[in-house]
Amino acid sequence: MNEVLLPGVGLRYEFDTAEGNRIGIVARRDGRFEVVDYDRRDPDRSRLLLRLTEEEADAVAEILGAPRIAERFADLTREVPGLSAGQVEVAADSRYVDRPLGETRARTRTGASIVAIVRGEAVIASPSPVEVLRAKDVLVVIGTPDGIAGVDRIIHAP
Amino acid sequence: MHTSVALLLELGLILTALSALGALARRFALTPVPLYLLAGLALGEGGIAPVPAADEFVEIGAAIGVVLLLLTLGLEFSLGEFAASARRHVRSAVVDLVLNATPGAVVGWLVGLSPLGVLALAGATWVSSSGIIARLLTDLGRLGNRETPAVLSVLVLEDFAMAAYLPLLTVLAAGGSWWQAGLGVLLAVGAVAVAFVASRRWGHQIGRLLSHPEPEQLMLRVLGTTLVVAGLAELVGASAAVGAFLVGLTLTGVVADRARAVLAPLRDLFAATFFLAIGFAVDVRALLPLLPAAIALAAVTAGTKVLTGAYAASLDGVGRWGRLRAGTALIPRGEFSIVILGLAAVADPTLGALVTAYVLVLAITGPVLARLVRAPLPARSGPNVRVDRR
Repeated sequence: MNEVLLPGVGLRYEFDTAEGNRIGIVARRDGRFEVVDYDRRDPDRSRLLLRLTEEEADAVAEILGAPRIAERFADLTREVPGLSAGQVEVAADSRYVDRPLGETRARTRTGASIVAIVRGEAVIASPSPVEVLRAKDVLVVIGTPDGIAGVDRIIHAP
Repeated sequence: MHTSVALLLELGLILTALSALGALARRFALTPVPLYLLAGLALGEGGIAPVPAADEFVEIGAAIGVVLLLLTLGLEFSLGEFAASARRHVRSAVVDLVLNATPGAVVGWLVGLSPLGVLALAGATWVSSSGIIARLLTDLGRLGNRETPAVLSVLVLEDFAMAAYLPLLTVLAAGGSWWQAGLGVLLAVGAVAVAFVASRRWGHQIGRLLSHPEPEQLMLRVLGTTLVVAGLAELVGASAAVGAFLVGLTLTGVVADRARAVLAPLRDLFAATFFLAIGFAVDVRALLPLLPAAIALAAVTAGTKVLTGAYAASLDGVGRWGRLRAGTALIPRGEFSIVILGLAAVADPTLGALVTAYVLVLAITGPVLARLVRAPLPARSGPNVRVDRR
């Protein structure tokens, strides 16, 4: 995966597929995305395939990636009655953005555990209380349904 | 409170007309800037329909317009992007400066401008319009192209160079000597460095200080702070524009994103007023005789921009057609050439007319030229999306 900076616009990711196509994904600063591929005869020139709004890109990401993580935890929680797994997104205006995880006191207050933080492509497994939360992090929470709802309320409290 | 009927009517009609012009420009995928200038020419000195009552508002609005243009430029800016661009494209930026400022300076000297006028015209031919070009690249679906980072890097470095160039121009325009101007530049560059450090170390706290969940509060805080800093910068002789740029630089992350969003409509209104005011100040009768000179200058500096873009793209190892695309994409001049004019033209009607005509020519033909350049490749089959040409 190749990463190219587009100053003032955003970032472009490029990679070759197993079949030999070159795919480019432009992640714009305003949250929109463009998916392009490259002409084999003129590798400098891209061909626009898709333009995605932020919501559409989220939907695509969810279809392609995010459920897999939740799925794995779902398998795990099926073993224990009453236990479930959920995801809580840290909104950009959440008061816990750039604050350590421990400050939420989520487990003390709800009994649910935050077992992983999904940040972009990275997954931080069993995060420690000093782990600093960022905007758009997705917290993977294990606990009772009430506990998960409680974590959601804490993170989204104004 | 007394309401001036004439002011309301004139301003209302002007804004309605601008909206119609803006819609027309978008229809042909052009920038509205040249049309706003034309509207200003038609309404101002020597124009067909003078608007005495709206004059004062336009004048005040223009000053705020410059501040907002530079504030949003600063908000767009990130240190990481600047550092990456500088690492790769300092040579392109030097080529850009030498190739494109020189024709402006030579023509300025030939038509008998003052040294200040020569400096201003050189600046006007040097800076491409990052606003027009970023939009153009998106509209043409070229963000994925390999030459695009080179084009954007040149723009970022130009914008950054404005932080040194604008105070130089402001001090000289205010009748300062060259050593005072040098001092002004040092002060501004120092302030930019401080702003960068401040944004890195305390950007968070500063952001939190200005941030508020209510959009209205955020807008008032950011706007208020910016105007105060701009005023102070003007007071010490740097330039209100540079002060506003500094505020933009200092704000980063989520606050910058939100500030951009809440300020965008204000910026559009006041920037339009600013372009209008520039048109007001220029006498059409002075403009017409200078049109041939402006067109010649436009032709030459379009050529030099193509060379600049081709050189920058070649540094990134881009092929022949990509280099040509990069070059033509850089041709449009726009808001910053006009900002430069706004700072310098107080005393020089020739400069005003020349730069206005020059921007009119390149803001319209630049995007058209960029559009025309495409490699002669047969269309490939398979699914594709129509490139949006609104």
